[in-house]
Amino acid sequence: MSEKKLAIIATKGTLDWAYPPFILASTAAALGYETQIFFTFYGLQLLKKNLKLEVSPLGNPGMPMPMGMDKWFPVIGTAIPGMQSIMSMMMKQKMKSKGVASVEDLRSMCLEAEVKMVACQMTVDLFDMNSSEFIDGIDYAGATTFFEFAGESDVNLFI
Amino acid sequence: MSEYTELFDASGLNCPLPILRSKKVLNTLSSGEVLYIIATDSGSVKDFDAFCNQTGHELLESNEADGKYHFYIKKV
Repeated sequence: MSEKKLAIIATKGTLDWAYPPFILASTAAALGYETQIFFTFYGLQLLKKNLKLEVSPLGNPGMPMPMGMDKWFPVIGTAIPGMQSIMSMMMKQKMKSKGVASVEDLRSMCLEAEVKMVACQMTVDLFDMNSSEFIDGIDYAGATTFFEFAGESDVNLFI
Repeated sequence: MSEYTELFDASGLNCPLPILRSKKVLNTLSSGEVLYIIATDSGSVKDFDAFCNQTGHELLESNEADGKYHFYIKKV
C-alpha cells in the first residue's frame, strides 16, 4: 500500500479556522498519509510561537452563540470593545470542557507526526515578519516549491 | 473482556485525540500485540473502524458497555 499524500493550504489566522488544518493534518498523518501544510497570508498566525488566536462574532452569522444570543443580539453589539476577547475566551473554554485539544497541542502532535509545515516566504516578507516569531522546525518556501508536493498529492485542501 | 497487551483509557477525549493518542501508544507495541482502548467519544466507533481499514491493524472487537466504547486492536 503506497503512501497517500495530503496537501493543505492554510490561509486563515483566527481561532475557528485554526482547527481544520491541524485536525485534518494530524488525523491524516495518523492514517499514514505524507502530509504538508503551506501557511500563507493569515495562516502564518498559526505558526507563531505565542499563539494569541481570537475569533470575532462580528460579521460571523454562522457562529453559534451561547444563551440563544444569536437570535436576538444585535450585530452592532458584537462590535463592542472586548466582545472579541470574551467570545474567544468562551470558545477556548468550551473546547477544553468538551475534551477537544487546544491548537497548541494539535500543532505539536502534527510536528510529532512529521507533518511538514511550510511558511510562505512571500507573505513573511510582505508583513515584515521575522522567523524568530515562528516555531522551530518549519520550512520557508514559495508556491512553486509547494506545487512540487501538491501536484503529486491525492488530496489537496484550501482552508 | 478479551486479552490485551496494553490498556489506553481515552475517556473524556474527543476527536481527533482518541485516534491520535492511540496511534502513539500503538507505535510502542510490537507486531501481534493488542491494544485495549476505552473511549467516551461516540465518533470514535467509526473512527477506529476507518483507522484499522486504512492502516492494516486488526480491529478484533468493538463494543459498547457501561456507557463507554471498548476497542481491541491488534498491531499488524
